[in-house]
Amino acid sequence: MSSLEIIDLKTHFPTPDGHVRAVDTITLSIMENETFGVIGETGCGKTVLGLSVMRLLPPTATIAGKIRYAGRNLLEVSEAEMRRVRGEEIAMILQNPTTSLNPVIRVGEQIAEAIRLHQGLNKRDAKKKAVEMLDAVKIPSPAERANEYPHEFSGGMKQRVMIAMGLACDPALIIADEPTKGLDVTIKAQIVELIQKVTEKKAMLLITHDLGVARELCDRIALMYAGELVEYAQIKEIFENPLHPYTRGFLGSLPDQGLVPIPGISPSLIELPDGCRFHPRCKYTTDVCKQKHPEMIEVAEGHFVRCFHA
Amino acid sequence: MMQHDKHDSWVTNTVARVRESRSAMLGLATVVSLVLLAIFAPQLSPNDPTEVCLGDRLISPFKESKYPLGTDHLGRCVLSRLLYGARVSLAVGITVVGVSTAIGVALGVVSGYYGGILDSAIMRLVDATLSFPSIFLAVVIAGMLGRGLASVMIALVAVEWTSYARVSRGSVLSLKEKEFVESARSLGARDSHIMTRHILPNIIAPVIVVATIGMAYVILAAAALSFLGFGAQPPTPEWGAMLNAGRVYMRTAPYLTILPGFAIMLLVLAFNLLGDGLRDILDPRRVVVE
Repeated sequence: MSSLEIIDLKTHFPTPDGHVRAVDTITLSIMENETFGVIGETGCGKTVLGLSVMRLLPPTATIAGKIRYAGRNLLEVSEAEMRRVRGEEIAMILQNPTTSLNPVIRVGEQIAEAIRLHQGLNKRDAKKKAVEMLDAVKIPSPAERANEYPHEFSGGMKQRVMIAMGLACDPALIIADEPTKGLDVTIKAQIVELIQKVTEKKAMLLITHDLGVARELCDRIALMYAGELVEYAQIKEIFENPLHPYTRGFLGSLPDQGLVPIPGISPSLIELPDGCRFHPRCKYTTDVCKQKHPEMIEVAEGHFVRCFHA
Repeated sequence: MMQHDKHDSWVTNTVARVRESRSAMLGLATVVSLVLLAIFAPQLSPNDPTEVCLGDRLISPFKESKYPLGTDHLGRCVLSRLLYGARVSLAVGITVVGVSTAIGVALGVVSGYYGGILDSAIMRLVDATLSFPSIFLAVVIAGMLGRGLASVMIALVAVEWTSYARVSRGSVLSLKEKEFVESARSLGARDSHIMTRHILPNIIAPVIVVATIGMAYVILAAAALSFLGFGAQPPTPEWGAMLNAGRVYMRTAPYLTILPGFAIMLLVLAFNLLGDGLRDILDPRRVVVE
């Protein structure tokens, strides 16, 4: 059973300079209990993808396609219904835990509030539940820590709080946007382990540029480039048999693979190249790549790639 | 630096820093003393402030123990009138600042949060109000509404709310882009919840500063309007009105203008000192990131 299905999603931002095609025709589905990673470099549109699912985009954005979740198209439900979905059915863990917590509200109260938005608990019970949540994300002496302000928490601890807030109403789907951004290596490992544990029985869309994190957490990953997916498959398949030149380039740019950069820079999302969007940076480019936009093709079971030469 | 407790909120932190600032502390102490004098005016006053005793007219201060600060042209006790006058000034100040804050902050937050036409409309109204000299506008409004403290207060609110609207709108503009607002929204919070629970607590600091300095302005303006005859009507003991009544006797009984004038100055100065101190303390640029 699929939990979330995104069909032909296009999220564009009209600007005076032209349409920014941040998400341009993305189709993917996430199974229940599955962690699906979307990997891509900065500015490829992966954060916009997550925000599109939550319908948290600025009013100027135009969004088309379908986002099917629990038997309905989230792009068509009312704003009131969407508010109920946010937090209760789908939760988002944002990047930058430091700025995502309100500096003037006690941490416990912030979690309690997230609970009270959806559950008819009184303040005391919500506070109790908040302490339980802090305990669940392994924050030591949670009862005392609940009375502290965000500035009294370290970065890693704040990210734990964010995770506790996201999980407070027990949503079935989590969207995690760069949950390990800005954390140092040992803390990152702890957070990854925590996310792994708390999302065991949940579906998760993990948005990251960190292949190491994706490798730990994901069942399947998709590579995103210039607003579209270029390859997706089981995690093992991607690492063992990467087919798209961008995927290979991305893997090759990892420190343990010799830090080989991909030449060139990713295109502006306003003026995308004709043909294959990756062709100006690709060493296998042929004439067809410059003229035709490749379709997603299934090269092996569950392994899809958008390349003429795969 | 004082050592602050680990669990300090910004409130306790601010209190601690007010204690370190000499001028803020002086302002606070003066304000508190004057408030206490106003509250206990009935107990402290030697005489009824409105009791006319034509036999005891224009007695100088320190002459008779019955009238420690003398009497005015109708033989009323100046000290008692000053003490009761503090009540009037503070009550006017608190009411005007309170109502202005409520109106101004509400409109400012809504304006900054939603933006668009609503924002333009509210801000043009603010601009229009501010394009008149404020005391002139207050005179016109008080004149239209007739004499009395109530119309003075309405007139001052009509002018004062604009500062709160501007300050809160400005703060909201930067706050609404903060990630914790998006985070709240991603958890299913509605706009009203975000405005009241997430944005409002974050704009308290600048609003407190404006309100403290606003108190000084309102008290002075109320006294000025009473001096001009719009505000408190006789026999209400009001400092501005006392000043005006004493004006005629400036040569023979200068204390009738000096004493209420000094009282106004003291209260206004105290609020200004406190406000300046609070502004320095609550200025986010001064906050050291831990």
